[in-house]
Amino acid sequence: MNKYVERLYNGLIKENPTLVLMLGMCPTLAVSTRALNGIGMGLSTTAVLILSNLVISLLRKAIPDEIRLPSYIVIVASLVTVTELLIEAYLPSVYEALGIYIPLIVVNCIILGRAEAYANKNTPLLSVMDGIGMGLGFTVALTLAGLVREVLGNGTAFGLQVLPKSIEPMGIFVQPPGAFLVIALFIIIMNAIGIKTRQKKLVEGCDGCCANCAASGCPKSEEVTK
Amino acid sequence: MKALILIVVSGALINNVVLNQFLGICSFLGVSKQMKASASLGFAVIFVITIASAVASLLYDFVLKPFGIEFMKTIVFILVIAALVQIVEMFLKKKSPAIYKSLGIFLPLITTNCAVLGVALTNVQNGYNFTECVLSGFGTAVGFTIAIVLLASVRVRIREEDLPAPLRGAPIVLISAALMSIAFMGFGGLSF
Repeated sequence: MNKYVERLYNGLIKENPTLVLMLGMCPTLAVSTRALNGIGMGLSTTAVLILSNLVISLLRKAIPDEIRLPSYIVIVASLVTVTELLIEAYLPSVYEALGIYIPLIVVNCIILGRAEAYANKNTPLLSVMDGIGMGLGFTVALTLAGLVREVLGNGTAFGLQVLPKSIEPMGIFVQPPGAFLVIALFIIIMNAIGIKTRQKKLVEGCDGCCANCAASGCPKSEEVTK
Repeated sequence: MKALILIVVSGALINNVVLNQFLGICSFLGVSKQMKASASLGFAVIFVITIASAVASLLYDFVLKPFGIEFMKTIVFILVIAALVQIVEMFLKKKSPAIYKSLGIFLPLITTNCAVLGVALTNVQNGYNFTECVLSGFGTAVGFTIAIVLLASVRVRIREEDLPAPLRGAPIVLISAALMSIAFMGFGGLSF
């Protein structure tokens, strides 16, 4: 397989950031009330991720190693601000629906995680492909979660009625508890059919939380639990 | 006065930051294995979020607003929070080694806790003044602490149970969180 195509496959399936690496759980849980919200959030994050991977990869030789994390944060925060302003101007309904979670893309683990794990070691083109793959993987997972929650909790899919009106939708699924339940369900299914996730690490310490928190001297999980 | 109390209660219980707004999920799931560790993290979070909301509020009112650069808030807040955590860490290390020892290892974790940035941004969005910002930060952080300590106490008991294999690990923790979230929805009925 071509190494550029391999990046896409890697992001979408093999190392799907949400379902396999379990990164970026906050937006996944928060905005997956509707499938369309999932797409909006996923694509916004993808845009930021592609650009940040590109910029960081281009600057990878210019940024001194000691201050790379603050530099990445500034780069990502600037890109997020640009994205936020663009969404506010051109897609007001998306801006309304996602609210506070758009600026919070800054602290999305996927973005700093990819910067640290991939973009600062690879060529710009490969990094962009990695950004596209990871971003689309995130979008697919978010949309899937949104779709399940919307169908079960509201009887609609992408805003269209799919369940007959006579079936009362289970409102709990569009409420906050439904987010936890649906993600738990996804992981249970993946466990049952034998797809390995990195969840052990997530549960055992901060390792699953953010690549950058590990890099900024986050203690090993044993120390945390001591 | 009533409005101020409402801000604290709503931050801590009604709009619980973890169970209702899904901020700080990483550390909520990651550091809730033991009661003691989660309580320490909780107190570190209370400490940092309260100070961070105060500083963010001052910066917004006296720097960003006068210069008309409110759109810079995300960049400014994230840098301030990162710097603040470092300063707090150094200060505690020097002045109060006892607190540093119990909180120290959790402080770097908090920089990337999206709850800190989330609270600062929500405060600004709601147009809170300085007192309201501090109280809302404090209330939110107390809510985080309540949630993480409760989850830890549930997980300590789950650990001994014989679970079906696919449920072991993350799924059962998420299901526990879902049940807690349902319970916390009950606080929505609180009226003042």
